[in-house]
Amino acid sequence: MTTQTSWHPTASVEVLRLRAGMLARTRAFFERRQVMEVETPVLSAAGTTDVNIHSLSTRVAGQPGSLYLHTSPEFPMKRLLAAGSGDIYQIARVFRDGESGRRHNPEFTMLEYYRLGMDHHRLMDEVQELMGELLGDGAEPLQCQRLTYREAFMQAVGLDPMVAGRQDLLDALARHQVELPGEPLTDAQLSDLLMGTLVSPGLGRDQPCFVYDFPEDQAALARIRPGNPPVAERFELFYRGMELANGFHELCDADEQRQRFARDNLVRQESGLPTVPADENMLQALEQGLPACAGVAIGFDRLVMLAAGADQLSDVLAFAIMRA
Amino acid sequence: MASYQTSEFRSGLKFLLDGDPYTIVENEFVKPGKGQAFNRVRIRNLKNGRVVDKTFKSGESVEAADVVETDMQYLYSDGEFWHFMNPSSFEQYAADATAVGDSVKWLKEEDICLVTLWNNSPLLVSAPNFVELKIVETDPGLRGDTAQGGVKPARLETGASVRVPLFLEEGEIIKVDTRNGEYVSRVKE
Repeated sequence: MTTQTSWHPTASVEVLRLRAGMLARTRAFFERRQVMEVETPVLSAAGTTDVNIHSLSTRVAGQPGSLYLHTSPEFPMKRLLAAGSGDIYQIARVFRDGESGRRHNPEFTMLEYYRLGMDHHRLMDEVQELMGELLGDGAEPLQCQRLTYREAFMQAVGLDPMVAGRQDLLDALARHQVELPGEPLTDAQLSDLLMGTLVSPGLGRDQPCFVYDFPEDQAALARIRPGNPPVAERFELFYRGMELANGFHELCDADEQRQRFARDNLVRQESGLPTVPADENMLQALEQGLPACAGVAIGFDRLVMLAAGADQLSDVLAFAIMRA
Repeated sequence: MASYQTSEFRSGLKFLLDGDPYTIVENEFVKPGKGQAFNRVRIRNLKNGRVVDKTFKSGESVEAADVVETDMQYLYSDGEFWHFMNPSSFEQYAADATAVGDSVKWLKEEDICLVTLWNNSPLLVSAPNFVELKIVETDPGLRGDTAQGGVKPARLETGASVRVPLFLEEGEIIKVDTRNGEYVSRVKE
């Protein structure tokens, strides 16, 4: 195989100019709302325990062990919130190993922000305004659709994900001719395959679409609202079939958070993945008291893709991984 | 045996699946933000040309197929096999009718073809995109009819049949695009 080298950017200068303008508008948006811009370290002694997110790591002279490159700035930002920072946002380069494709690059730009006193619904309202600011035509406010996770699944594959059993998931995949991999999948992975191949590609065709109230087992760092069934107060935003954002009504309970980290590491062990030390600093901050808040992470590069009408991420990155 | 991880998947990568060699036509990385990642690939079976879709769990690995594509000179056919030679190593290879497939009707001795080797034996022979072949049989040429744009069938020295302009005669050499079997131009000797 030949390796092609080229010094040229993967994005055009016009797109980079558009990107710069969107960054400026984002900063102005938060300035108007008195949300403070912060910067937190890229390197951290603790990483994410999330089973499906793989961290890169490196070594630093004089520091014991290896340090993880952050996959999201959420843990140090929560420490700032606990320290009394008030509303904050960050535009950060984050790193995820193994994520490469038309809509993925191992390093990408994440816009992460937190709003005190908001729940996930109020935060969705504000994200909708931000989308209008960055993707709207300026003439009329951008309206987003809202579906519960259950409704999104029902519409796309006629399946209630809250009660579906393993066989239901397998049947739905077979009905839509989605080939199963050779390796066996857990129920959660089958539902990820359904989401990735059949549900999300149809979401937000004409207008951005929020999907909210996720199954309890996909809570990540969101609060769980008791009920029948209990749901995670989490949302995601999709536009033209592309996932743009993931938000939580943030979990503030340190004990519950500690248990979730431990559970993640147990699953990691069972699936032969390296375990990751939980962020004790973040847990201590939660113990001290994280103010009630909602937070969201937005894939900034994908917003630029939509604004530029680009169909691959490399078209909006100055130098995508193959030319990095 | 070498293997590839899903993170190495890209168009043109060749690997083994159920014992057959495949090449990746398209690779799509699918990952719900907080969910399991998958690679959905469209792959072509190099033995029969069939294209199928497959799903891999990201992180899975596949066995690399020892498949290389090399330019080789077509030497001759003994009726059962078609013989080719690597012009730099002078190594010779015998391709069977399955490997030669439809390319057979364009094969002229000494022409350079692209031969796909799997485990060092010919799997597929692709004729050059353009070949120059002599017309061995066609109706007599109609002079003065060059502007009409009419066509007639002509049989070429390799046995292929193509539609050519009316003015061409037996014994003339023409250039043909093997990808669609169409006449391109007359070749002056």
